[in-house]
Amino acid sequence: MTSSASTTLAVARSSPATVFGYTPVQAIALAVMVALVAFTPSVLYPVFLMKVLCFAMFACAFNLLIGYVGLLSFGHAAFFGMGSYVTAWTAKNWGLSAELAILLGGVTGAGIGVVFGWLAIRRLGIYFAMITLALAQMVYFVCLEAPFTGGEDGIQQVPRAKLLGFISMQSDMAMYWLVAGLFLFFFLLIHRIVHSPFGQVLKAVRENEPRATSLGYRTNDYKLIAFIISSFIAGIAGGTKALVFGIATLTDVHFSMSGEVVLMVLLGGLGTVFGPVVGALVVTAMENYLAQFGAWVTVTQGAIFVVCVLAFRRGIIGEIGARLKLAL
Amino acid sequence: MTRPMPTRRATLLGAATLPLAAGLAAPRARAAGKTIRIGVLNDMSGPYRDTTGQLSVACTRLAVAEFAASKGLTVDVLSADHQNKPDVGAGIARQWFDRDDVDMIMDVPTSSVALAVNSVCREKNKVFINSGAATTALTGKQCSPNTIHYTYDTWMLARSTGGNTVKSGGDTWYFVTADYVFGHELEEITARFVTEAKGKVLGHAIYPFPGTTDFSSFLLAAQAAGAKVLGLANAGTDTVNCVKQAHEFGLAPAMRVAALLMTIPDVHALGLATARGLLLTESFYWNLNDRTRAFTARAKPALGGRMANMIQAGCYAGTLHYLKAVADIGADAAKADGAAVVARMKAMPTDDDVFGPGKIRADGQLLVPSYLFEVKTPEQSKGEWDYYNLLATTAPGEAWQPVDPGCPLVKA
Repeated sequence: MTSSASTTLAVARSSPATVFGYTPVQAIALAVMVALVAFTPSVLYPVFLMKVLCFAMFACAFNLLIGYVGLLSFGHAAFFGMGSYVTAWTAKNWGLSAELAILLGGVTGAGIGVVFGWLAIRRLGIYFAMITLALAQMVYFVCLEAPFTGGEDGIQQVPRAKLLGFISMQSDMAMYWLVAGLFLFFFLLIHRIVHSPFGQVLKAVRENEPRATSLGYRTNDYKLIAFIISSFIAGIAGGTKALVFGIATLTDVHFSMSGEVVLMVLLGGLGTVFGPVVGALVVTAMENYLAQFGAWVTVTQGAIFVVCVLAFRRGIIGEIGARLKLAL
Repeated sequence: MTRPMPTRRATLLGAATLPLAAGLAAPRARAAGKTIRIGVLNDMSGPYRDTTGQLSVACTRLAVAEFAASKGLTVDVLSADHQNKPDVGAGIARQWFDRDDVDMIMDVPTSSVALAVNSVCREKNKVFINSGAATTALTGKQCSPNTIHYTYDTWMLARSTGGNTVKSGGDTWYFVTADYVFGHELEEITARFVTEAKGKVLGHAIYPFPGTTDFSSFLLAAQAAGAKVLGLANAGTDTVNCVKQAHEFGLAPAMRVAALLMTIPDVHALGLATARGLLLTESFYWNLNDRTRAFTARAKPALGGRMANMIQAGCYAGTLHYLKAVADIGADAAKADGAAVVARMKAMPTDDDVFGPGKIRADGQLLVPSYLFEVKTPEQSKGEWDYYNLLATTAPGEAWQPVDPGCPLVKA
């Protein structure tokens, strides 16, 4: 097992000129993305950008699972939504500081992820998707009925808790830097995970699970760990969103949220590094800027989804990458 | 390597990115001027599309057209779809205030969204006039110096339908209730009025919400209980489905159906043959008196062959009163301080063709009469949209919830 792991590792390391696992083109793209994250708030509305970054985090977490392990979960709204409820509740009722509240949101996501993952990874394909969907619906029902979530009204008037207990997050820009920092941290973390020996095994499981098993890997353990990491980051994303908007509601835990994240990742490009971020940007921008056209939001979303599946199945980034013969 | 020809796929890809580019480039902050900007925020695509939606926007525009020019005010009206999601609604409200220089938000159906918008308006010191949401929390625990509640709420519906129906003989009730906060609240308050008026509640059936479409077992249980009135503590498509199925099971004439929240577009959609005999409460009906008929005549070109319900007409009334207050204190002062406009609105008596004369209480509640209607049979109806018989009127003093001591505005 050790020897095969180091062989895979050696192969990964020997691929031409990578910087921390980034090809030169990816490194340039990363630099562009960081620059955009740093400079767009002076041009675009920061609250909108924070929403994009929260969903980008969520989509990256989802991409870790579907893009690199090949597991299509239809229950990610449960982690996102519960993360958002727990962060909102602890920030409002216990007066926790921002980082602790968000961390608790992530831990909640991971905790539910342990249960979901443990049950769901025993099955593959459509059965896996159905089990996660069913479990997520149970979580939704709990959120609808449990007193602490506030039912239809959700948890409202959540204060923007102070960071570390003393840095005020009241101004949109202060909050923006926190969200941007969290996003970049988890973006790099996911990239690190994918390019670690652990990530190599995940990809091996995706490509050919029986073969990975025959090489001596306990594939279920790997899948479960990936599932838990993904649900942890989804919880963090939900918690961050709750603090940004000061509200946690059933929207975040509804199954359409699970569908929305699938749309983001498909639209951006499955298994690409930057795809989920672009997908999150496009979907959130549509929801935001088309709001004035009323019913056309959902119609446009549907139409774009159809166009995407028919015309560019690899997603925006996947298609550009394939066109330029680059891995983005 | 040859350069690939642009394919159909590439064209589609390009086309798909266009709206994004256009969307990102378009709305930028406008310089703050003396233009008053009103944002109508409601449901344009979901279950409340017909009861709020575009007609709310049309009624708001009508008030602007009638009043603004005569007082030298320039007023813009924007609109957006909150998709019944509180986070989308709060996001649009924030963006309107921060980037688009909006001064007042109108309508906002769906209680959860209204409460979210309520706190954003307070934070930014703007004005929120609610016409579409039913929650009493807006004038109770969460009441705000920046918010006025027009048109209706759960308490007012329960008071009118519950109390008055018992007086006219419907003294035994059975409820079919949607299993969420709104449904339970509506049932609880109505049941209280029924018992206060010496009526009896024989039972209730609680059904899972959302997702229930077959109500037959609940309706049969209601029939078996032998109650005279079936109370529907739900809203939107659920209510419509219940009424249809009650008609199919032939509950009438032994049982009357009281829809606790239903307005004229729903009745129109059901048709009189199905909706006949239905009991419901609104605070506005187009054919109520000379003033409402005058309003409807003026609104007609904008309504596109439909008829405004109380929520949509309430958008007209709310906007009109808001503009009166703005004209009174001046557009610049109104833009600077939302709470000052609301204080002025509370100080001035209201008077419009929709609700007639009224006044706004310290907690932000507009006090006007409420009306219990019975839906006509097809034979009684004399023309298009002639749908209601007036059964009872509740005076403004009794129609609304007494001031909630939980509201910090009234303590002071």
